[in-house]
Amino acid sequence: MKILVCISNVPDTTTKVTFTEGNTQFNNTGVQYIINPYDELSLTKALELTEAQGGTVTVINVGLVDTEANIRKALAIGAHDAIRINATPVDAYYVAEQIAEVAKNGGYDIVMTGRESIDYNSGQVCGLLAEMLGWPGINVITKIDIEDGKAICERDIDGGKEKVSCPLPCVISAQKELTEPRIPNMRGIMAARSKPLQVLEPTSNEPYTKISVYEMPPAKSSCKMIDAANAGQLIDLLHNEAKVI
Amino acid sequence: MNVLVFAEHIDGSFKKSTFEAISYAKAITGTSSVTAVVIGEIDSSKLSELGKYGASKVLHNSQALYNTFDGAAYASIIASAAQKEQARVLVISNSYCGKNIAPRVAVKLKAGIVSGVVSLPKIDGTSFIVRKPVFSGKGLADVAIETDIKILAITPNSYQLNESPTDAAIENIQSDAQPACQSMEIKRVTGKIPLTEAEIVVSGGRGWKGPENWGMIEELAQILGGATACSKPVSDMHWRGHEEHVGQTGITIKPNLYIATGISGAIQHLAGVSSSKVIVVINKDPEAPFFKAADYGIVGDVFEVMPQIIDAAKKFKASSN
Ligand SMILES: Cc1cc2nc3c(=O)[nH]c(=O)nc-3n(C[C@H](O)[C@H](O)[C@H](O)COP(=O)(O)OP(=O)(O)OC[C@H]3O[C@@H](n4cnc5c(N)ncnc54)[C@H](O)[C@@H]3O)c2cc1C
Ligand SMILES: Cc1cc2nc3c(=O)[nH]c(=O)nc-3n(C[C@H](O)[C@H](O)[C@H](O)COP(=O)(O)OP(=O)(O)OC[C@H]3O[C@@H](n4cnc5c(N)ncnc54)[C@H](O)[C@@H]3O)c2cc1C
Repeated sequence: MKILVCISNVPDTTTKVTFTEGNTQFNNTGVQYIINPYDELSLTKALELTEAQGGTVTVINVGLVDTEANIRKALAIGAHDAIRINATPVDAYYVAEQIAEVAKNGGYDIVMTGRESIDYNSGQVCGLLAEMLGWPGINVITKIDIEDGKAICERDIDGGKEKVSCPLPCVISAQKELTEPRIPNMRGIMAARSKPLQVLEPTSNEPYTKISVYEMPPAKSSCKMIDAANAGQLIDLLHNEAKVI
Repeated sequence: MNVLVFAEHIDGSFKKSTFEAISYAKAITGTSSVTAVVIGEIDSSKLSELGKYGASKVLHNSQALYNTFDGAAYASIIASAAQKEQARVLVISNSYCGKNIAPRVAVKLKAGIVSGVVSLPKIDGTSFIVRKPVFSGKGLADVAIETDIKILAITPNSYQLNESPTDAAIENIQSDAQPACQSMEIKRVTGKIPLTEAEIVVSGGRGWKGPENWGMIEELAQILGGATACSKPVSDMHWRGHEEHVGQTGITIKPNLYIATGISGAIQHLAGVSSSKVIVVINKDPEAPFFKAADYGIVGDVFEVMPQIIDAAKKFKASSN
């Protein structure tokens, strides 16, 4: 089985987000980057599947050279090889086009993404890739088993869960609970140094969307304190003052 | 500008977010029409509910093979409808189902897509800009869509319902798209409001000590007609299911009222909830960072404070009925 795992390089979750250049750029001064947490889940799941059934796991990232630290980390966790498409990931559509180009002739059985990249929060890449490749896609999965050339998944749906199957090849997106992320060990880190990392140039596509300006969310003015001995007063304030109940 | 809405329903009932999507479409359509696409079997009396919010036409595909969801087939039906209606803008609710379909429709129509939209578009000549949160709510971005056809996946509870009664003409449509996914089992929690759509959310953190103490959180949510949520450690320890985990690595929510109890207010938690309209924080530590993001705060022990609030909420509900 051949699995392609898409990894997004995102600011560490403790990052205090600010913007520069007239609020047109994300300020990455001093920002630490991590592998998108959902992508760690799909990577770990891909390793579990290939360990059980044989096969290889390739990780792919669309990004400039500074993402290679996290690509090496994915190799240290256990991926067999890696591909970096040398381009700024301008939007999800553009990213998916680059990955689809690699996936369509790669002979992969499964392409895995995260449910959402925690930077731009689109949750689009799974669906975009599935359509570009003409493959079935199952998003936000919490379970996957491969049986008789089929993926049998459990996925979150609005207000519940669905068990659903589709033939391979397919695209899936990982949700929390799919598995527990693996942490690289010393041996993995050493091995990662010599694993193949191929750099490809992008196909030139114009992006369809562009961020024109960023803004900080409005700050809360001040917090009105209510005495704990008189906590029931809250309900009155929520009704008469805040008008939310 | 013709606008097409995917009108999602669950087992024959439209969700509130579907009516929000129709209201949203009506607001941008000007004098042109709003067309809704409905897939799967549903009572015809239900279809006319869409007219109440301004849909003048309903395209209904009732072929039984689409009663269960398949992203590829649904996207194909929606894209054909968009072409037939020459729709310039498609509005889809950013539900789990919408998240599956909207990107596929975008590829079919070579359309630019923005997911998680929280504003009406600003349209000026050829420029078309919508707003969405980025970095899980730590920032907001204005995104310009530069294609002819535009797809907006809108966040539930970010646009109010507006009635605009219209007689919706109902038209049947057919498709030959073959579903690839086979639904084997669906388990839905009934009688509970899904977290992403709730207007009121009562949430608990590690301060509650253990899952056995969640009764008060559920009771308050139930009295107020809200949903329950929790912090990440609470779901990591399996005190509550992962579908209740809110924050940067959980669900991002935008209710009118978020009541956080026994939660410290870590940056990753705040990221997912800070766009709530009103935030109430109950914590025994006056230095808890959450108070900085709150509108109302109570410094106290949840085990003493919550019973008083539940009592007051019961009295309030009894008097307002
Ligand atoms: C300098 C710079 C400028 C940017 N400007 C914009 C902009 O104007 N508009 C905009 O929307 N975004 C912009 N981005 C964000 C970047 O393009 C995002 O990675 C991309 O939009 C995908 O994020 P998403 O939230 O849309 O992905 P989602 O659809 O939420 O991602 C889901 C999954 O797709 C995969 N994935 C996502 N991104 C990548 C990637 N780069 N490589 C491999 N797999 C990936 C992962 O598996 C991820 O879990 C910019 C980034 C940089 C560095
Ligand atoms: C990569 C990463 C991603 C993360 N993503 C998320 C996320 O998406 N969502 C999320 O929530 N967290 C996330 N976290 C975790 C986050 O950093 C915090 O650890 C977490 O939010 C703390 O949960 P808590 O507030 O329930 O617990 P604690 O921080 O332990 O806080 C408990 C609070 O309860 C109060 N308390 C205790 N007893 C009482 C009492 N009797 N009455 C009243 N108050 C009481 C305490 O004063 C304290 O403030 C993430 C962390 C990392 C590293």
